[in-house]
Amino acid sequence: MAATTETLAQVQEMADDKYKYGFVTDIDSENAPKGLSEDIVRFISAKKNEPEWLLEWRLKAYRHWLTMPEPNWAKVGFPAIDYQDSYYYSAPKAVGDGPQSLDEIDPELLATYEKLGIPLKEQEMLAGVAVDAVFDSVSVATTFKSKLEEVGVIFCPLTEALEKCPDLVKKYLGTVVPYTDNKHATLNSAVFTEGSFVYIPPGVRCPMELSTYFRINAKNTGQFERTLIIADKESYVSYLEGCTAPMRDENQLHAAVVELIALDDAEIKYSTVQNWYPGDENGKGGIYNFVTKRGACRGRNSKISWTQVETGSAITWKYPSCILQGDNSVGEFYSIAITNNRQQADTGTKMIHLGRNTSSKIISKGISAGHADQTYRGLVKMSPKADGARNFTQCDSLLIGDQCGAHTVPYIESKNKSAIVEHEATTSTISEDQLFYLRQRGIPVEAAVALVVNGFCREVLQQLPMEFAVEAQKLVGISLEGSVG
Amino acid sequence: MTKTTSPLAFVDSFDDERTGLPGIDLPWLKTLRRDGIERFKGLGMPTPKLEAWKYTRLKPLEDTSFQPVTDEDGMAALDHVPSLLPDPGGRPRLVFVNGRMRPNFWIEGDLPDGVHLDCLRDVLLRAPDWAESYIGSLTGEDAAALVQLNTAMMDTGFALRVDPGVIVETPIEVVYIGGLTDRPVAYFPRNLIVLGEGAQATVVKHHVGMGVGAYFANAVTEIDIAQGARLNHYEVQAESRDATHLGAVNVRVAKDATYDSFTLSIGGRLSRNEVSVRLEGQGAHAGVNGAYLMRGSEHCDNTTRIEHLAPNTSCREIFKGVLDDQSRAVFQGRIVVNREAQGTDGHQLCKTLLLSTGAEIDAKPELEIYADDVKCSHGATTGQIDETALFYLRSRGIPEALARNLLVQSFLGEALEEIADENIREAFTNKVLHWLPAACFLSEEWRDA
Repeated sequence: MAATTETLAQVQEMADDKYKYGFVTDIDSENAPKGLSEDIVRFISAKKNEPEWLLEWRLKAYRHWLTMPEPNWAKVGFPAIDYQDSYYYSAPKAVGDGPQSLDEIDPELLATYEKLGIPLKEQEMLAGVAVDAVFDSVSVATTFKSKLEEVGVIFCPLTEALEKCPDLVKKYLGTVVPYTDNKHATLNSAVFTEGSFVYIPPGVRCPMELSTYFRINAKNTGQFERTLIIADKESYVSYLEGCTAPMRDENQLHAAVVELIALDDAEIKYSTVQNWYPGDENGKGGIYNFVTKRGACRGRNSKISWTQVETGSAITWKYPSCILQGDNSVGEFYSIAITNNRQQADTGTKMIHLGRNTSSKIISKGISAGHADQTYRGLVKMSPKADGARNFTQCDSLLIGDQCGAHTVPYIESKNKSAIVEHEATTSTISEDQLFYLRQRGIPVEAAVALVVNGFCREVLQQLPMEFAVEAQKLVGISLEGSVG
Repeated sequence: MTKTTSPLAFVDSFDDERTGLPGIDLPWLKTLRRDGIERFKGLGMPTPKLEAWKYTRLKPLEDTSFQPVTDEDGMAALDHVPSLLPDPGGRPRLVFVNGRMRPNFWIEGDLPDGVHLDCLRDVLLRAPDWAESYIGSLTGEDAAALVQLNTAMMDTGFALRVDPGVIVETPIEVVYIGGLTDRPVAYFPRNLIVLGEGAQATVVKHHVGMGVGAYFANAVTEIDIAQGARLNHYEVQAESRDATHLGAVNVRVAKDATYDSFTLSIGGRLSRNEVSVRLEGQGAHAGVNGAYLMRGSEHCDNTTRIEHLAPNTSCREIFKGVLDDQSRAVFQGRIVVNREAQGTDGHQLCKTLLLSTGAEIDAKPELEIYADDVKCSHGATTGQIDETALFYLRSRGIPEALARNLLVQSFLGEALEEIADENIREAFTNKVLHWLPAACFLSEEWRDA
């Protein structure tokens, strides 16, 4: 079915809408020299006062990285990255003194946050959200720490965690995404500069949504965050990540790694709204978002849920995955991806079922407009031991305009006869069953389509915590109706 | 024999002047063969490093050094022809043994005027210009390694040409018998099917193994269907348990024409059916269907690519599989919708039943869509026999083995129903029944009930 003219108009509007968050703050960076070498890795490690084992780990990663070929299987095209033409460390100068309160923070920085709408100064607005704001690689403000400390939750920059609880970091860092994993993750392992660390002790339900806003600011600085979240037995945490980035002309590399670990009966909910600068209408500029996100359900009855709303970046290369090791563990992936103009997105998930009675659910909605190209790429793997495992996958794609592309590339590998895998993908169709159900209750086709589409999108949006849902809905902005019909 | 020498063994044994090779005097064919072997040499044998071969490894070709077929292999004694269709009667039938046509088993049948059915050798003798214009025209120069290998080595095959407007009612059967020799032989059928405007025909291919020897069949079929024509193309792959069968089918479908196919794979240690259909004219339709039933350590790969290149084209693809023991199946189905192909309607379904721990299915249903006014969907499922359904049948006094057979049979039914021709559907259903464990004989009495 062709997209409605209304939708087309809205997409056009969105295309014409200049990137709202595109501005550059003028703060002196304390940069490492341009380029990448063992010395730079040592420099970063020294800057962070890191223990010897971590430096060794970084160096191992760097040496391995040199031997790795560029991954080329994704359906994205871009000029080869010159890794030597980038800065791998930059920090706002203010960090030297370590700001003790908001008053000490560079007013220009605070102004940036205000423009972006992070209510550091109006925290009551966020009601219960602790913000660990990352401004170019270094954490400058962390709030609500005391409240979290009361219940024993550790939520701090990774560097700080190395001092606070080095054993936990050492025990879990790189165990879900090893430094040999893929070119981008390996690069991250070698040069990661910042990121968050979360530890939820046994039996604790984290009293608030944890949130980190990532920004890219200094020119030519790739950002290499590394996030590590551990939910100990019977704990629960919901983590929010959101990004917008200033406008600039040169492509920027963003290779983050996120590792989640859920032990027995623990649950981690990880939500992302990604709105990096996507480049202009002609595909000039924009962020390369090459992210490795993976969660391990190590314990029995554990659960990891990924929700993402991907609207930004020139190129998105991202596959939040779940390794379902523990019996009865659950993995979920909810995704809305919107690409416009010359954006390219190759995104999806991997569900690796290893334990018995593990289950996973994948709901992916892709909307492609302008000259954009979008691919859902996913893997569902049932190992011989995954008795009674279950997967359900649904991928819907919508194309708006005849110059864009939408592709679906699911991989299904089953080695267990009692495992059930169901995959369905559609482009511009609504399940006949749903329509029939509504129509037999007297709802006209048009209304039924609208209802199903709204309901379906809401299903993904509803997975987002409240604070994010508003922003996400705004980003999804373009008409939801017709996105399936 | 090491991995690297094996593809080279084909290159080494390449001899475009080998006696007995069809079309040996044709310079254009010689060039074609030489280009083919050069390109094959350049590409090498496919390995799992190639995305298209991610799940299939050509281990038998690495382990065994296959020899070209000799006259002796081709003249192996044959007491009966394993015809797929019962009572050939007046039905046209071509029989090949180890890649050699056996004239004494050839039934010319009562084909209407305007139908030309010959083996490759005769076509190259009688209509070399016609053959030149079609051989390689659909596979193209940038074809995959194994098609190039076939181009270089083609030593057998048939050509069917149906003049415009001619409708062939009776199905044409082609039987390729492998085995019956104690050497590991390789043969390379190259088939051509060309239907003129408004023509109709049904071709049934039966690749069947007799005896136990290892052999390698590398077949390429080029099919050109002109405006308004229709081809029903059915194939049974029942090679022997040590055989390797690699088949590629390249089809071009013109305006308002239809290509309808069904491939039933029930044999072979390693088999791969690669179907590539180009829907080039408005209103063209492709039905690409199949079923695979594997047991032991058999490996079956169905790889399809349907390209929508013109507006209002449609395709329908249903594959069903049943895997027992340690067998393994691969399904890679890709539907490509080009920018011009507005109004495309595409549907793809792949369902697999795993009967045993140890069986494995790898499915990759792909949609690649560049047009916005389309209706495309695909679905894939894997699972085991529904325990509730099994209980239901058993509670009504049906023995478990039979109940299982019935459920497998009904599961495959959805795919078999895609076969339009009733007689052929029945023949294929019988093949399925005989594949099932012995209790299936009991099931015959239930079949009509």
